[in-house]
Amino acid sequence: MSLLTTLARLEAVRSGRAEPLATVRHRHLSDRPMVLVPLTAAGEAGAPLAVLLGTDRDAPRLHLVPQPLNRTLRFDFLAELAADLLPYLESFGAEVEQIEGSEKDPETGEKTQVFRELCADAPQLIVPNGAGVQHLALIGRSTRFRRTVEDDEPGPYPAPVRVPLLGRWLTHLTDRAQVPGSSLLLPMTGLLARHWATGQSHLEDQHLAARLAWHFPPEGVGGAEAAERAESARDDRGQLLHPPAGPATDPSFDSVVLGPAIARYDAAASALQHSTEQRDDQAAARAREAVRGAVEQLRGALSAVLLPTWHDVWRGIDLLRSLPPAGHLAERWTGDRWSYTGHRDRLAAGEPPQPRQDDAVTAARKLAQREREQARLDVQEALDDPLAMAEHRLAGEAFAGVVTDVVPDYDTSGRSPKPRPLVTVRTDDRPHADLGREVHRVWGSPRPEAGGGPSAQKAEIVAADPAEGTITLRILSGMGRRKEPEPGSVPEPGEPVTFTLFELTVRQSAPLPEPDDTPWTHGGPPGAAPDSPGPAADFDWE
Amino acid sequence: MIPAGLSDPDATLGRTMNVSTNAPSRGHSEPLAQRLAELRGPAPQRSLNARSLAALAANPGCHRRAVLDAAGVDKAVLASRLGRPAPFGQSPFAIARGVIFEARLKADGYAALLEPLRRHLGLPPDGGAPLVVPDLLQRSGPAVRADRTAEALAQAAADPDTWTLLDHPLLRLDVAGSTAYLEPDAVVVHGGRCTVVEIKSFPVLDGAADPAKVGAAARQAAVYVLALQHAAAARSGAALTPDPYAEQRLPGSPRLSVLLVCPKDFGNRPTAVAVDIRRELATTRRQLSRMTGIGRLLEALPEGTAFDLAVDEEGAPARSGDELAGAVAAVPAAYSPDCLSTCELGFHCRAQARCGDRVEQLGRGVRGELGSIRTVTEALAAATGSGTDEAAERLAYAAALRAEALGK
Repeated sequence: MSLLTTLARLEAVRSGRAEPLATVRHRHLSDRPMVLVPLTAAGEAGAPLAVLLGTDRDAPRLHLVPQPLNRTLRFDFLAELAADLLPYLESFGAEVEQIEGSEKDPETGEKTQVFRELCADAPQLIVPNGAGVQHLALIGRSTRFRRTVEDDEPGPYPAPVRVPLLGRWLTHLTDRAQVPGSSLLLPMTGLLARHWATGQSHLEDQHLAARLAWHFPPEGVGGAEAAERAESARDDRGQLLHPPAGPATDPSFDSVVLGPAIARYDAAASALQHSTEQRDDQAAARAREAVRGAVEQLRGALSAVLLPTWHDVWRGIDLLRSLPPAGHLAERWTGDRWSYTGHRDRLAAGEPPQPRQDDAVTAARKLAQREREQARLDVQEALDDPLAMAEHRLAGEAFAGVVTDVVPDYDTSGRSPKPRPLVTVRTDDRPHADLGREVHRVWGSPRPEAGGGPSAQKAEIVAADPAEGTITLRILSGMGRRKEPEPGSVPEPGEPVTFTLFELTVRQSAPLPEPDDTPWTHGGPPGAAPDSPGPAADFDWE
Repeated sequence: MIPAGLSDPDATLGRTMNVSTNAPSRGHSEPLAQRLAELRGPAPQRSLNARSLAALAANPGCHRRAVLDAAGVDKAVLASRLGRPAPFGQSPFAIARGVIFEARLKADGYAALLEPLRRHLGLPPDGGAPLVVPDLLQRSGPAVRADRTAEALAQAAADPDTWTLLDHPLLRLDVAGSTAYLEPDAVVVHGGRCTVVEIKSFPVLDGAADPAKVGAAARQAAVYVLALQHAAAARSGAALTPDPYAEQRLPGSPRLSVLLVCPKDFGNRPTAVAVDIRRELATTRRQLSRMTGIGRLLEALPEGTAFDLAVDEEGAPARSGDELAGAVAAVPAAYSPDCLSTCELGFHCRAQARCGDRVEQLGRGVRGELGSIRTVTEALAAATGSGTDEAAERLAYAAALRAEALGK
């Protein structure tokens, strides 16, 4: 946590309300996000209990598992979820644009023009918190290898046909969620934490309702008190007035409400089985009615604990929509669209599901991508948002000030003289201004649209006087090819300028080998090592 | 009764504690024990157990927790009486799952448990020396059980050729003048050495488990290992090795890595992983040696401080909530937001930290960042430029940058 964030938190303690940490919205928000609030059955890894989802805040749809330990019921639930979620995920695959690129022939080295499809938009899933993302990853892991009746060897417990496909999508989305700045799958607590500070710790901020209490404290109540109410207020049955956003349920809910409701379902279901075995039609009809009643009761109980969080997520979306979008959002969302398109293509090509563990090259690629995206995100956020730039200024990695003096100067070492003007900037910032250090000019945001925007400009520090608060730079590039600088390319006296000590573009990392060329130091090509045990063996749920 | 190790398989450390009526301390005349008993009053003593001992290590600087735990005060009841009950609980589903997993492990003569154990300990394959599972008198009182465990342990350690499995043994550990009873899930003895087995119901998924849960399990197992080390040293009449990282090779000494048995992937098949607990052991030993120095903390308490939670027959409490709050306030706490998930008094201490305007309410790291500044008001005053030290100057600089960026 940086000092600026701490300061914002301190201010929030004083004001009793959330305080801004950003002046713009740094994550893409879809016009049609799919909100998904999952619940898990306690004590069992990744066992789903219920999910409330939808793209319309007034029409959430509930799916549930009446007995979480029953494999068949769990498959029914997953099939329902797949039938509900997959159409949304797949609906973005149809509309595409053609992107022109070039491909190098590996034999001849000749470049040829190619067109690649890029989906015009991509889906966006929003879950309440980070644990929700992990839960979806677990569901993805537990379903993507399942065999269905369509497989050659379906095994003893074939899954419904679309369930493994759901698992592959969830795996892709949760994997993509690890990439900094990506927006295909977002936890609401994380989104809010990026844009506002509360007067409590990060730990307490994981509770979505408590977090939102700082945004919407009731009249005359401070955020701290409102948050504590959201965390701990209970009714006379000992049930939380504001159930946690999950995916784990409150233990008291499990023992007082859910446990008895599941027991009632179990009793009704076994009565139904008994009467069906006895061919007692009347009793069977009664039992069927009882099962229906028990499921209805479970639906009631589960929607009651899910709906508050459902509304919280939408309130969070409203808050985020109130911020203007950052300048680089479209660029980053294009990366998400490529990710989505790539997965769509892999599915269409009939590739196998994502492996349990990545091979060495894939893992290295993913890491390199995440590091690159983190660096890119940091730079872009700083360019888009003065508050993010303030972090770098505080850290001494950037400075902003006003130009006090410009002295034309030239580099005459070459055949023709080149402009190398000296610019003196007065600043209150205290950058690590080592002499000779390269700095990069930040053009005012929004960037001038005319003429495609000015080109990147580098300068070096030639003098610094911390006592006076002045830094003198020699501008090295971005002034055109003539002897005199292009008009407007050199700042004028009195002009506010910002320079950074870090580069404004992200370097590509060194290329990695193809997986088939993995060196022996890294385990050799995948497939050489004995792979994980047979997929069917270790999947005995229950 | 639910086995101790499984009462809340996935709950955070310290969320629950088993009550067992503690045997009176053997050092009955010790003034320290007497003083602690006075603090507690007539209410039944909460015994220290592996979870509470391990949780102490999570926040070593907290005098409040150290005193209350040493005195055996029921912190959950205390928290309710102070008006901010602990939000901890166990889901019946989680308990059921844990019980089922452990029952499956122990079915058919520990067949499912032995398979992963064999691989890791080099147990003989089927047909080798039979596994001895002595009866540890599980239905008896703690003192009897602990004596029986000590006896069985000595017997097993004396015969290096047999394999012995102690199922839910009860170990003694003297802490701050009172005896804590600790119940590991199992201890395996062979070749004169023993290994602690900890059964947990969180899964090992594709070869990896939740690090937070593994860490909690390791801290808990370290307490068992320590108790076994003390027992082995006492049996041999030797002193405990001063270096917590060194393995003492006395008859019956525990190995310094424990065996964690968890379900594999999404199924119920067990898998066992050896976990090195030397670091946790060192932490626990340091904490416990501090606890024996609890007398110093007690001396600092004002006269008449007591945490008497008793209620008379009509349900009227011996001490009012205000009196209890006063007593609690007399012992300084080291609150950090982590306490909310590990200590029953977390909500109470948070409210106090907020009332006291302390910067700790925002997290441990904040305090380090703000240097000598201790309260929110001081910090915000420094941000307006009234401070002179380095932290204050940086705050003022940060405040100026923030105001500029927000256009204020």
